[in-house]
Amino acid sequence: MSRSDVLVDADWAEAHIGDPNVVIVEVDEDTSAYDKGHIPTAIKLDWKKDLQDPVRRDFVDKTGFEALLSERGISNDDTVLLYGGNNNWFAAYAYWYFKLYGHDKVLLLDGGRKKWELDSRELSTDVPDRPRTSYTAREQDSSLRALRDEVIDAIGKRNLVDVRSPDEFTGRLLAPAHLPQEQAQRAGHIPTARNVPWSKAASEDGTFRSDQELRQLYEGDAGLDFGKDTIAYCRIGERSAHTWFVLHELLGLPNVKNYDGSWTEYGSLVGVPIELGEAR
Amino acid sequence: MSTDGCGAPAGGVSAPAAAGDQAVVEGKVTRDGAAVSTGYARLLGTGDEFVAEVPLGADGGFRFFAAPGSWTLRVLAPGGVRAERPVAADYGRVTKVDVVL
Repeated sequence: MSRSDVLVDADWAEAHIGDPNVVIVEVDEDTSAYDKGHIPTAIKLDWKKDLQDPVRRDFVDKTGFEALLSERGISNDDTVLLYGGNNNWFAAYAYWYFKLYGHDKVLLLDGGRKKWELDSRELSTDVPDRPRTSYTAREQDSSLRALRDEVIDAIGKRNLVDVRSPDEFTGRLLAPAHLPQEQAQRAGHIPTARNVPWSKAASEDGTFRSDQELRQLYEGDAGLDFGKDTIAYCRIGERSAHTWFVLHELLGLPNVKNYDGSWTEYGSLVGVPIELGEAR
Repeated sequence: MSTDGCGAPAGGVSAPAAAGDQAVVEGKVTRDGAAVSTGYARLLGTGDEFVAEVPLGADGGFRFFAAPGSWTLRVLAPGGVRAERPVAADYGRVTKVDVVL
């Protein structure tokens, strides 16, 4: 798999507006951005309302995913082009999620909504009306998702990549600096984790850095052993989906999992080891 | 504003922030007296280290909940427009930074 099989630029997206085989999807936590204006023909997915279970802490199950995509008019044969705000965090999360449920043809728009806006490309407020489909998902691919016991067992054995900001990693903050800091769980990081903030993988306009720069970042600078399996985590699993996309989809590492429970789960578990300060 | 996601809150400063025990950095971006509503505010640490980013709101507003310390605020807007301001944040204080492009 090469970069062009998973990542396309804004020119590609612009050329495929109206392509009946391509469904453009904006994914965000705050969908008011979509309502203000979106790439023409794009539909929206709400990261929380559409992709998360409304009661327990998990994302929607296979049946829920099938119902969602059928209702939004996405079929199994469609190429789904995802983009979003926050440098594509939630779009990358949705990408990982589409892959978990076995959708083959998924693409991410390089730079996401930010680059599109900074390029002054066209935005539309028209909401497309897509006919209902009958979508069939595959069983969840467990090779892409890490759960808590597997993460605890991976301490000191696998690469653990903490993609939060250095202040979150060392325990100075419990959340990114644009959110209130009222979280109750413990601060710090999983022992033996390396801190490679997601932002280092992206340029200022939100596009991903070159493969060569990315290899240097993870293997050279952070000292990850690319011969080992890897688990990425952040706070709730969407920034680490961004890094999962880099490691698994762009660099082609075979065994990379996203721990979507991430710090909001790990930092609240009773009795698990936590490290404070710089990586040791 | 969502508080249990990592994501950007709705752009802008729609409700006044009481600092409480937070270190708040907020402000508005304008050009020729009008709000700049398409653009991004980035908070950077030493050596341009990325800290956080939010889209500007309809009123050109942005807000961060930072750690105490000295930061750089960088604004990006269409047409390759960039502007930077130094900011200092401290717990219990709302630091106002208005940016005129």
